[in-house]
Amino acid sequence: MDNLRPFLLQINGEATQVDAAPETPLLYVLRDQLGLMGTRFGCGQGTCGACMVIVDGKAVTACDLTVEALEGARIETIESLGRDGAAFHPLAQAVLDEQAAQCGYCLPGILISAKALLDANPTPNDAEIRAALDGNLCRCGAHLRILRAISAVVAKAST
Amino acid sequence: MNGQVGSGHLISDWVRFEDDGRVTVFTGRVELGQGNQTALLQMAADELCLDPSDISLVPADTAQTPDEGYTAGSMSISVGGASLRRATSAARVLVLAEAARRLNTAVADLSVRCGAILHSGVPSTEDLHAIGRALDLDLPVADHADPLPRADRIYSGTSTPRIDLAARVLGAPFVHDLRPEGMLHGRMVRAPAVGAELTSVDLEALRARPGVVDVVRDGSFLGLLARTSWQAVRAQDWALRNTQWDMPAGPEGTVSQIVRCADGPADEICAAGDRAAAHQSFGLTATRPFLSHGSIGPSAALALWDKDRLTVQSHSQGVFPLRGAMARVLGLDAGQITVTHTPGAGCYGHNGADDAAMDAAILARHVPGRPVLVVWSRAEEFRNAPLGPAMATTAQAEVDETGRIQAFDVQVNSVPHANRPGTQGAPNLLAGTQLATSIPFPISKDLGPERGGGADRNGIPYYAISSVGVTKRLVHDLPYRSSSLRGLGATVNVLAIEALIDRIACDTGQDPAELRIAHLDDPRAQAVIRTVMEMSGTHRVTDDGTGWGLAFARYKNSAAYAAIVASVAVDEDVRVSKVSAAIDMGEVINPDGAINQIEGGIIQSISWALKEQLRFDGAGVATETWLDYPILTFSEVPEIAVRLIDRPDDPPLGCAEAVQGPVVAAISSAIHNAVGARVTDMPFTRDRIITAMM
Repeated sequence: MDNLRPFLLQINGEATQVDAAPETPLLYVLRDQLGLMGTRFGCGQGTCGACMVIVDGKAVTACDLTVEALEGARIETIESLGRDGAAFHPLAQAVLDEQAAQCGYCLPGILISAKALLDANPTPNDAEIRAALDGNLCRCGAHLRILRAISAVVAKAST
Repeated sequence: MNGQVGSGHLISDWVRFEDDGRVTVFTGRVELGQGNQTALLQMAADELCLDPSDISLVPADTAQTPDEGYTAGSMSISVGGASLRRATSAARVLVLAEAARRLNTAVADLSVRCGAILHSGVPSTEDLHAIGRALDLDLPVADHADPLPRADRIYSGTSTPRIDLAARVLGAPFVHDLRPEGMLHGRMVRAPAVGAELTSVDLEALRARPGVVDVVRDGSFLGLLARTSWQAVRAQDWALRNTQWDMPAGPEGTVSQIVRCADGPADEICAAGDRAAAHQSFGLTATRPFLSHGSIGPSAALALWDKDRLTVQSHSQGVFPLRGAMARVLGLDAGQITVTHTPGAGCYGHNGADDAAMDAAILARHVPGRPVLVVWSRAEEFRNAPLGPAMATTAQAEVDETGRIQAFDVQVNSVPHANRPGTQGAPNLLAGTQLATSIPFPISKDLGPERGGGADRNGIPYYAISSVGVTKRLVHDLPYRSSSLRGLGATVNVLAIEALIDRIACDTGQDPAELRIAHLDDPRAQAVIRTVMEMSGTHRVTDDGTGWGLAFARYKNSAAYAAIVASVAVDEDVRVSKVSAAIDMGEVINPDGAINQIEGGIIQSISWALKEQLRFDGAGVATETWLDYPILTFSEVPEIAVRLIDRPDDPPLGCAEAVQGPVVAAISSAIHNAVGARVTDMPFTRDRIITAMM
């Protein structure tokens, strides 16, 4: 059997205890144990960005980050940007306003990258926004709409 | 036959007035991220004279909806929407006839607004819903359909926001997100080659891996069930390292050589007109490697057995054909199986969705009463899903003294495009080929002209040329499994034809837009070219290392018209800097949704044109990760301008596959314009450009 251990995680501002094998990547804990389904499984190889979360202010892939390494860290998931039916974070609202998606599978990871960027630099230019999203793949081709949505949030913040 | 494959001839197949005051509308079309459900809802709301929020739309479900076959070929609106429009109009016609009877008046004096029935413009005592509930709707659509004139449509033609977007961005709507009580996580153990035989596995050792509940082996089919997804992933990794496979023989030669040089018998697609003596001849060959569909979410499905009944949730493009195919593999009647569409990540053709459904069904059969979720790994998605077909299309043209094209020949060589479940009566499911009672993949045939062709799609130039010859040759000499990818043969055929037109324009000193317009006798085709030239004035710049290219096609020669101008910069690498697109898709139901589709099509096509190529090792696919298969990134996406030429009184033509060929061709011509090298082998890499320049 797996060697389960209790871990205390700070997720979206709440202390959450989970029992998991230490090497379990955060992604699987979020989805299987905590029901936080917005963080998506895309590749399990840290290469597509669908599972991005913010850890201590930085956007990182959750599929290759063990739960053991995260004790004491501040973790933010897409659920911190709002749930369907409630008020949304400006980034999530901007995506809806701009109709900035097709299938939407990659969107939570992209919004997480964007939030980490704007938290650190509220007025990035277009090249900085694009560079911040280069770890996120989108196959449907909603890139320009997504960039428009993020720029709209930046524009609002700078006025 | 108006697009309805099987059921769907009765009004009640499409519309139901519910007890709670809502109306349910059924469609056999599925949402793949393209926004079709929103557009279909707009069409139904117009015909029923209801607010879209009063209507629930149920997508493809073998237990509830009409069988519309596959959601493919850019036909959701042109065929699926037309069917739904007719069915919902028939419901309104019957309701109004009954209202006229009850009110003792003429139908002509009645109208409907937001569900209220108006008599000479004044609200009456009757309403649409109450009458709809009371009526027998088991009547043929064909006897009653009477869609509204355009002037009476309210929602069609407006950019209604997507009904499903909030849930997709902030919810958990995907198959991958299902977590019913008692669910087990299934994973497959597969070699990267079709026909690989499992020769050695220690089932007891696999069963003893942490969290593994059961292991299923049948022939070369090997899968496992675990309590958590991480345990399933780890057990799968262990099994992949601890199984042995007998791999089939690899091909003799490279993919490109084999496809390009195939010389078996070819089918004649078109042979028109007599040949005159040529003044000048031109020719080139365009090729594409195998591509991956590359959905960001891998294939997944949920299956549950209850005694002798199977229910499956799948992101298949065709739940009815999938049901039939699974029934054959499982030895069941189709009636014992229910397949319900549940969203997956973006889908661009026949990917692994159907295979994953079959995998889940086989694994779940071993644990009756427990739901089983199968999610493929990224490596499986690259290696085991059907591949986008490799092709080589040769175009040759003869031009007279005045520069007019007098003859055009196209020879299409292609691996198969048409291997969806149910094709040729075969299941065409990966697991089905692996079981001890194997049902192998049949030798693929191609789609016929009534479906727009497969390998030969857009092989016949749309231009008015007096002598045209087109042949196609399906190449079966490669061990890889391929099937339909967005646009089918159109991408490479349009690349070959349009690159050759561009060469003729360059070499005979003609303007590329005027040359095309002079060879088109369809004013709508001429209009998209004129429009894109007007749009692209500011970025049609030829300078040191920068250039532009124009391309045109009418998808399937019968659907949407697309003209593209792409500008490129070639320095350390080749970069697309700006794209303009002029599109005529007939009536546009949701302009913003259509533009979203066009933008996405352009970006995906740039990625195909510049970057994508699967790699092989013998009979196996060697590509395993996104690092081996880069796609276009945010930093590489160019500015894009899209203009729709709205023709509200013409039938909708669909749009999802309108631009792939023209985008790839425009980039090829832009590279030539920039550096003088004509590269028509995809992907157009720096190395290929340098080779072509030398």
